[in-house]
Amino acid sequence: MNAGGGTRRSRYAGLAYVAPALLFVAVFVLFPLGRLIHLSLTNASLLGGSRFVGIANYTKAFNDPVFWQALRFTIRYTIYITPILMGLGFVFALLTAAAHPLAKAARSAIFLPVVIGLGTSSLLWFWLLDEQVGLINRVLMDLGLIAHPLVWWVDADMGLWGVIISVTWKVVGFGTIIFVAAIQSIDPEIIDAAKIDGADYWQRVGRVLLPLATRSILLTTLVSAVGSMLAFDQFYIMTAGGPRSLTFTSVYWMYQNSFIYFKLGYGAALALILVVIIFVGATAQIVLTRKRSRQ
Amino acid sequence: MSADATAAAPAWRPSRASRFAVDRRAYLVGAILLVIVVVMLFPVVMSLLSSVKTPAEASATPPNYFPSHLSFANYVKVFSYQAGLGTYVFNSLAVACLTILFCLVLAIPAGYGLARLRLPFREVLFLILLLPLMIPYQALLTPLYLMFSSWGLANTYVGLAVVHTILQLPFSVYLLRQSFEAVPRELEEAAMIDGCGNVRVLWSIFLPSVRPGIVTVVLFAFIASWNEFIGALIFMNQETKFTVPIMLVGVRLGHYGAIDWGALQAGVIISIIPCFLIYALLQKYYVSGLLAGAIK
Repeated sequence: MNAGGGTRRSRYAGLAYVAPALLFVAVFVLFPLGRLIHLSLTNASLLGGSRFVGIANYTKAFNDPVFWQALRFTIRYTIYITPILMGLGFVFALLTAAAHPLAKAARSAIFLPVVIGLGTSSLLWFWLLDEQVGLINRVLMDLGLIAHPLVWWVDADMGLWGVIISVTWKVVGFGTIIFVAAIQSIDPEIIDAAKIDGADYWQRVGRVLLPLATRSILLTTLVSAVGSMLAFDQFYIMTAGGPRSLTFTSVYWMYQNSFIYFKLGYGAALALILVVIIFVGATAQIVLTRKRSRQ
Repeated sequence: MSADATAAAPAWRPSRASRFAVDRRAYLVGAILLVIVVVMLFPVVMSLLSSVKTPAEASATPPNYFPSHLSFANYVKVFSYQAGLGTYVFNSLAVACLTILFCLVLAIPAGYGLARLRLPFREVLFLILLLPLMIPYQALLTPLYLMFSSWGLANTYVGLAVVHTILQLPFSVYLLRQSFEAVPRELEEAAMIDGCGNVRVLWSIFLPSVRPGIVTVVLFAFIASWNEFIGALIFMNQETKFTVPIMLVGVRLGHYGAIDWGALQAGVIISIIPCFLIYALLQKYYVSGLLAGAIK
């Protein structure tokens, strides 16, 4: 190789090192994105045949009640679950940020489901919430909270809450870990100063911890909201889109059109609409992360 | 608080009543923590217990909390399910290993170049490498499927591993760039004086220093690939090429519409084990990776 670092002084020394990854992104992200745009302007089918149809797929989406239903449902899911995840995550972080062994054990237990796959945890909860063999109904009945088994997967609203419960169990630890780190990185002297000034516990949380953790909370909220807008696994496994297509999410409706109905052109238009929606959220996420890492 | 400190600041010494309040709060927090631990562990523990019930008991209504007999019949059933569990575990492992390989081969040089070498438009290039974060891979599955079909990559380990690499590349590059930036400059200069070229410096000076970053990248690539669902669902559509999560969905659908609950629990436990093992052994790397690059 170049003994003495001859190429090191060249302006382009780094390019050869970055090139393979750039090429990968060009071939497997940018090129497919181009093809997606092209596909969305055709009536291509997985069964063969493709003709240019202009923006017909987009007007079709605009007039497709299931598209709007799925988008509204995805937004509703995101609006319900994001505050639950952030709120519960923060409360869990407050409870477990201490160095006490019990707090550490609880932190590990809260984080454990994060490493499980979403598909696996969805199957687990599909069983737990089943009306006949599920243990959640058994527990609720033994505690005297309900008189008859709840039926989770027949009603769209019950299905939505079943999914929210299961996903909360699976990912609440993600926020908790980040908030614990944010709380632990706060200088203890600031908290002591607030104590001396007579601030009680909730005042310290509201006026000291929360403001200092704002950036972490904002960032985690964005990561979580983008993830929820892309929800698929949990609904595919637990509700299967039913009843009557009421629990299709945006990704699910795109999958259904492209790979079940083989309408690739229409599916591509749905995918591009999704790309635009996610691009905004994800860009904000990256801007925030990079600001944080520069500080 | 030590006795001295209390003596020096008698005004803050808690009264008997408020000390009682503090104790009571500590017990309350302790009780809440215990409840949290029980609730968080309940699903997995119950799944484990259910997986060792007899198949009949695992499908009983109403369900029992504990198995009345210990039975491994559910595991035996899952082991011989369709193409055999061994095939599915092998498929998952093969894809995960290739994903790890692709991530390292692409992200180590990229991270090094971005962190340490002269590079025009450094931040623009970095942003291009973060593009898969901004363009969800779910949206690209159709064009990728068409490309892979015409290249003969459909239903192959390499094809699915490429999809998983798209997913993991931004995190890997981001984390390794940070790791390379943290290596002290003196180390590098000493090696340059000794007459090492860029490649030698990368190999013998930097790689040992960024080992924690590499372990983290490997860890996340493995878990992401092992757990990934929609890509595997679309790209592996031959029964012998299913990964573990896709096979589990098959168990859930069941033969003739009846769900085999016991086999499902056995499958769930098997798919969880590698993730738990890795987390238990490498928790430090996992949490630090999560915090360093909470961009996923």
